Amino acid sequence: MANSDRMPTRRRGRSALAKEDARNFWLFLSPWIIGFLLFGIGPLVASLVLSFTNYNIFNKPRFVGLANYRELFWTDPLVYKALWNTLFYTVFAVPLGLCFALCLALLLNQKVRGLPVWRTIFYLPTVVSGVAMAVLWRWIFNPQVGLLNTLLHPLLVLFHLPNPQWLIDPVLAKPAYVLMSLWGLGGAMIVFLAGLQGIPQHLYEAAEMDGAGPGRRFLHVTLPMLSPVILFNLTMGIISSFQIFAQAYVMTGNGPDNSTLFYVLYLFDEAFRYFRMGYASALAWVLFVIVLLVTAGQFWLARQWVYYEGGAR
Amino acid sequence: MSDPIRKRHPGRRYGVYVLLGAFALVMLLPFYWLLRSSLVGNREVLQPIESWRDLLPSHLRFRNYPAVFEAMPFFRYLLNTVLVTGGVVAGTVISSSLCAYAFAFCEVRYSRWIFYGVLATIMLPPAVVLIPTFILFRELNWIDTFKPLILPAFFGSPFAIFLFRQFFLSLPKELIEAARIDGATGLQIYWGVVLPLARPALVTVIIFSFMGSWNEFMGPLIYLNSQSKWTLQLGLNSFIGQIAGQWNLLMAATVMVLLPVLLMFFFLQRYFIKGIAMTGMKG
Repeated sequence: MANSDRMPTRRRGRSALAKEDARNFWLFLSPWIIGFLLFGIGPLVASLVLSFTNYNIFNKPRFVGLANYRELFWTDPLVYKALWNTLFYTVFAVPLGLCFALCLALLLNQKVRGLPVWRTIFYLPTVVSGVAMAVLWRWIFNPQVGLLNTLLHPLLVLFHLPNPQWLIDPVLAKPAYVLMSLWGLGGAMIVFLAGLQGIPQHLYEAAEMDGAGPGRRFLHVTLPMLSPVILFNLTMGIISSFQIFAQAYVMTGNGPDNSTLFYVLYLFDEAFRYFRMGYASALAWVLFVIVLLVTAGQFWLARQWVYYEGGAR
Repeated sequence: MSDPIRKRHPGRRYGVYVLLGAFALVMLLPFYWLLRSSLVGNREVLQPIESWRDLLPSHLRFRNYPAVFEAMPFFRYLLNTVLVTGGVVAGTVISSSLCAYAFAFCEVRYSRWIFYGVLATIMLPPAVVLIPTFILFRELNWIDTFKPLILPAFFGSPFAIFLFRQFFLSLPKELIEAARIDGATGLQIYWGVVLPLARPALVTVIIFSFMGSWNEFMGPLIYLNSQSKWTLQLGLNSFIGQIAGQWNLLMAATVMVLLPVLLMFFFLQRYFIKGIAMTGMKG
């Protein structure tokens, strides 16, 4: 009897709690929701609308239909140049960075002594970013007295080669950026290392029992178990390298022969140097669609090669 | 896996250390170059290095550092940067921890999917929303103020929300339940129970938002016009055009811009490593 007396109150208590939960949820989440409307979805829609106009921020926007997109796809050669530069940078910087990061993580996972010290050293460069990084590397790439050519000097003498003009030569400017980006592989390395440490030891023991050597163990245990982490690093790497801006703005600007005119740099110039806000908005939307397609494509491809423990997530 | 291997290939251990040492040298050389360049004279900095001895400065010229203060209003930029960064850190911590509380402790039906939605916005490139946001702040007459740089931080950052949520989920549920039974409101539990326990997550988020804001370039470039409002990043950028070959001064300025971030890293690095490692765990 006492039991049936208590039951209704407890149930009422629970539903009151659920209601409180719901109220709290939306209340606590409200900053993000407001921010998403004001600085996320709102501007996203607004820039789509703007991309159909001519707008220089001083006069009223004028509707021009698809003219901006027509110019972007058919008459503006710089768009393709910027896309090509960005693609070149991404295609080399991201995979190379991931390979080196994985190698370092594998080395650190060999139960080395002084792991925290090594980890600190390799992560340290990622703390340097923005203008400071660009200034330092501009100095390192200096053709006459820079660090890089100083180190290369013996080789250059040996093969009778002139000093490479890193940021001045249109052929070498983009590879220079790739080289610089490798310096910041520490973040990806830490993520890989955490992933490696999460692989259960018994999988390796079982593989060894079955007679698998180090190479096969890497291919059939390490890589599949690490594949979600690889996907994560790949996705973040591509998205961030598509947006390279500060380094380019400071180091070379458009560069020799527009060879370092990266996409966001071009967008920035159109918007804030020439005040072609409508056209820049069209550029922004093309960037958005590209990032969306590339990410979606990656996740679609990922179904073939990413292994999730316990089935699909 | 390494124990049996270690017995079979004792030489391999040394190979690992040799490789690590070589990589470490490559990673550290730019830092050495930065420091060396900041401590040599005007002429020496432009001289090619011909022997091993040239790698060391002929004498240490600490004068380069005070010289930077004469060449650019460093303290003004520093003060501006501290103001902006302080605002961004405060905003990010408060708003993101509130949002994370909602995801971690309020049982609502689609909360997990909304959380994935928040994470998905990491993929929205800032450049895509740049122009309408600029127009909005211009309409508000906020150009050349710190508001466009600070205010958006008060609406939560997906990365910080993620870090807080993961940490909150690891807290014992009984504590929150007990507080609720005692009749505490959500805000009281957030402030009195959850936040005091969340120190590691707080430190991690403070570090990353500090770094992000300290190094931020595009925002200040667009919104700050008058030189008296510039941040260190803008100051350093304009200093390049001003130095006329005095790379030693430029490098000294760079060291000073980097110093707070480097110090923070050295003293709080375990939080850095944890934070970065956590982002990958979710996959």
